[in-house]
Amino acid sequence: MAMCGIIGVMDRKRRTMDGSGIRQALSMMNERGSGEGAGYAAYGIYPDYRDCYALHVFFDNPRENKPALDATLAQWGTIEHDEAIPTCDQPDLQAVHTPWRYFFKPDPALAVPGGATQEDDIVSTLVMRVNAARRGALIVSSGKDLGVFKAAGWPEDVANFYRIEDYEGYTWLAHNRYPTNTPGWWGGAHPFNLLDWSVVHNGEITSYGTNRRYIESFGYTCTMYTDTEVVAYLIDLLVRRHGLDVDLALRALAPPFWEEIDRMPDAGREWNTALRLAYAPAMMNGPFAIVAANPDIMVGFTDRSKLRPMVAGECGDRLYISSEEAAIRAMEPNIESITMPAAGEPVIGRVDPG
Amino acid sequence: MIGSLPPRYRVSVDPVRCMECGRCIENCSYGVFRWDNDRILINSRNCTACHRCIACCPRDAIMLEEHPCDYRSHPLWTREVREAIYNQARTGKIILAGMGNALDYPVIFDRLVLDACQVTNPSLDPLREPIELVTHIGKKPAKLDLQRREGGDIELRTPLTPNLRVETPILIGHMSYGAISLNAQVAMARAAKEAATFMGTGEGGLHSALYPYQDRVIVQVASGRFGVNIDYLERGAAVEIKIGQGAKPGIGGHLPGEKVCAEISRTRMIPEGSDAISPAPHHDIYSIEDLAQLVRGLKEATGWKKPVFVKIAAVHNAAAIAAGIARSQADAVVIDGFRGGTGAAPRVFRDHVGIPIEAAVASVDAKLRDQGIRNEVSVIASGGIRGSADVAKAIALGADAVYIGTAALVAMGCRVCGNCYRGLCPWGIATQRPDLVERLDPDIAAKQVANLIRAWTLELAELLGAAGINSIESLRGNRDRLRGYMLDESLMQVLDVRQVGA
Repeated sequence: MAMCGIIGVMDRKRRTMDGSGIRQALSMMNERGSGEGAGYAAYGIYPDYRDCYALHVFFDNPRENKPALDATLAQWGTIEHDEAIPTCDQPDLQAVHTPWRYFFKPDPALAVPGGATQEDDIVSTLVMRVNAARRGALIVSSGKDLGVFKAAGWPEDVANFYRIEDYEGYTWLAHNRYPTNTPGWWGGAHPFNLLDWSVVHNGEITSYGTNRRYIESFGYTCTMYTDTEVVAYLIDLLVRRHGLDVDLALRALAPPFWEEIDRMPDAGREWNTALRLAYAPAMMNGPFAIVAANPDIMVGFTDRSKLRPMVAGECGDRLYISSEEAAIRAMEPNIESITMPAAGEPVIGRVDPG
Repeated sequence: MIGSLPPRYRVSVDPVRCMECGRCIENCSYGVFRWDNDRILINSRNCTACHRCIACCPRDAIMLEEHPCDYRSHPLWTREVREAIYNQARTGKIILAGMGNALDYPVIFDRLVLDACQVTNPSLDPLREPIELVTHIGKKPAKLDLQRREGGDIELRTPLTPNLRVETPILIGHMSYGAISLNAQVAMARAAKEAATFMGTGEGGLHSALYPYQDRVIVQVASGRFGVNIDYLERGAAVEIKIGQGAKPGIGGHLPGEKVCAEISRTRMIPEGSDAISPAPHHDIYSIEDLAQLVRGLKEATGWKKPVFVKIAAVHNAAAIAAGIARSQADAVVIDGFRGGTGAAPRVFRDHVGIPIEAAVASVDAKLRDQGIRNEVSVIASGGIRGSADVAKAIALGADAVYIGTAALVAMGCRVCGNCYRGLCPWGIATQRPDLVERLDPDIAAKQVANLIRAWTLELAELLGAAGINSIESLRGNRDRLRGYMLDESLMQVLDVRQVGA
């Protein structure tokens, strides 16, 4: 991906916003897109099903592909509810897929004994299996109380197609795509999600070949034909499966240069060295700005030389991270502070506990 | 009768240019030139094309021609094939050869091309942006236990194993004192120190002249155990167990007694004038678990402070063997491809046994990844690394670093004549004859080897920058940044690269 515009917003008090604001913000960055991909991730939108994994699925053809997925899900657990995601036809958006959502509970009996996050393990394996099988069903998000809405089109058209203003979320991520790898492919639009984590990305990961082979040796399967999906899987591996704090996981993905590590005092040098050595194949190279979120955290980080723009804004309880200040101002004209984080310096926001 | 064969080379001296200084006579250790009263006589049959005479002639008067007399050409019964038969028909013996594989196999490196950035991601200029080539060789933890203390400090609870830190992923491989001269070894040790990399001793012990550079030296334990005692192990920065060598997989080594002078005798800890025979297998290693014991034994002996490498020849099953080695406490696996050089090897082994390093590294990397242990162990590729492009390609195929051997010798003057086993090297490299050894000035040779490593390192940084990568670990195993050009599909599957245009 060459340019792309990204934006994320989080309300630390979990007060929700409807999707109209982020739609407006994203369309401010149409200069950074090409009308071939846009998407939104929203947290807190399914309170009625907060204990279920919300699976957002693209069917090529529900009649043909849905029975097989229904059967698979029934094998792996219980479908509490499923329905077509409401959409509204747009003249400039060709609906090549039918978006669907399932509220799903995995069968705990399937869990591998001893896993720390057993239900997550089951759902993550399920997502990998379904997506790798390519049977006309692609699971594009799989977390609880969240969903990803994306398609090939301009941000406004994608938002209108999904009626994004009907959703109330406390954290939103959005992405305006200028694709170079896979134009027109809905699966290649951002955000990318696995379980709790969603990712939007501007840039091109030059280490993709290394990152993909590393992550695949842990059982992940890359199926989206584009580089960003490894970021979602890498964060899942480091945070959920290896138990690293989010800031340490980000440090593993975009670590300090050795020159800087060598200058650190002993204790810091030791663990920073360990982090680089242990996670060298997870380190991401090339230009990038990334905003990622889970239900409790939103983070923004860039490559070590900051070859892609990223600004952060604060207003009351809200944290904004975006490619452009204009996008933040479109959403929050009274923004209180705007900062430009240094290269490799992450911006981390957490919702208030409780 | 077989009769005399056509000479391999023809040496001629241009009488107009020649000033009869006699440098060619002094310099040729093979006896091509001699005085006949005031004329220089030439016996081309003794020539090895070592080019020493050409390099020393002040008037450019000497010309050398290869194969001045043709056999009837034949695609199957080549000159080499016919001459091997004549030779063996006469002698009834195994043919010895030096340097690396001399058969005309396709060079896979030359059918792989590297990538560069255009538009969608910026290429990086190494003069402006940091490009990190620092490489750590050794065991790495699979994951980390990092705990946050009360005050916010991070505590590392995962123990770390000592790694070798190299400022460039180019190391000098193992060439023993015996196979090469002490001056050549000292030169490479100095170069290793200057370039902040390492050099291997080979199985020849560690001469006291190398003690000043011992923190840049990897000592070797091979099947003959020559030169090995606790002092030797403790002096090295790391220890390498040599199981096999790309030039002669499956067989041992033999340093003839005539080369075992007093200094070599002392360094190898063997009687003067006795043959130094390294058996084919280590006599205490008949299985992978025996190897694991030796790894542990060496670690125990050196207080768990030094990385232990295991070197194997690239054979068909190299990937599975490497996975077995990775499961021991070994820190690095060295894979030596079938083009690896040697002082002396039976020609049939040098030319016919083993597989190319490109395929071996690719399959070792893939196997270790399949088993989820790739990053826990380092992989060093060797055998036919000729330039920075080969280094970059080897790393993209999955190596952490490379060993160079022949290239370092060439940097000291070697012309790859392939007669190392004769001990007459006129360049003072593969010889023990004092008058020849003296020709190699360790200071000058060290500078040349260090220059070579520096030049390749600069080129590597440029290649990385052009590919939009600012750290060598992001190139490692990154086969997406390679494309195969005129490689067949099955080989591209092994290499896990796509074809050009795809």
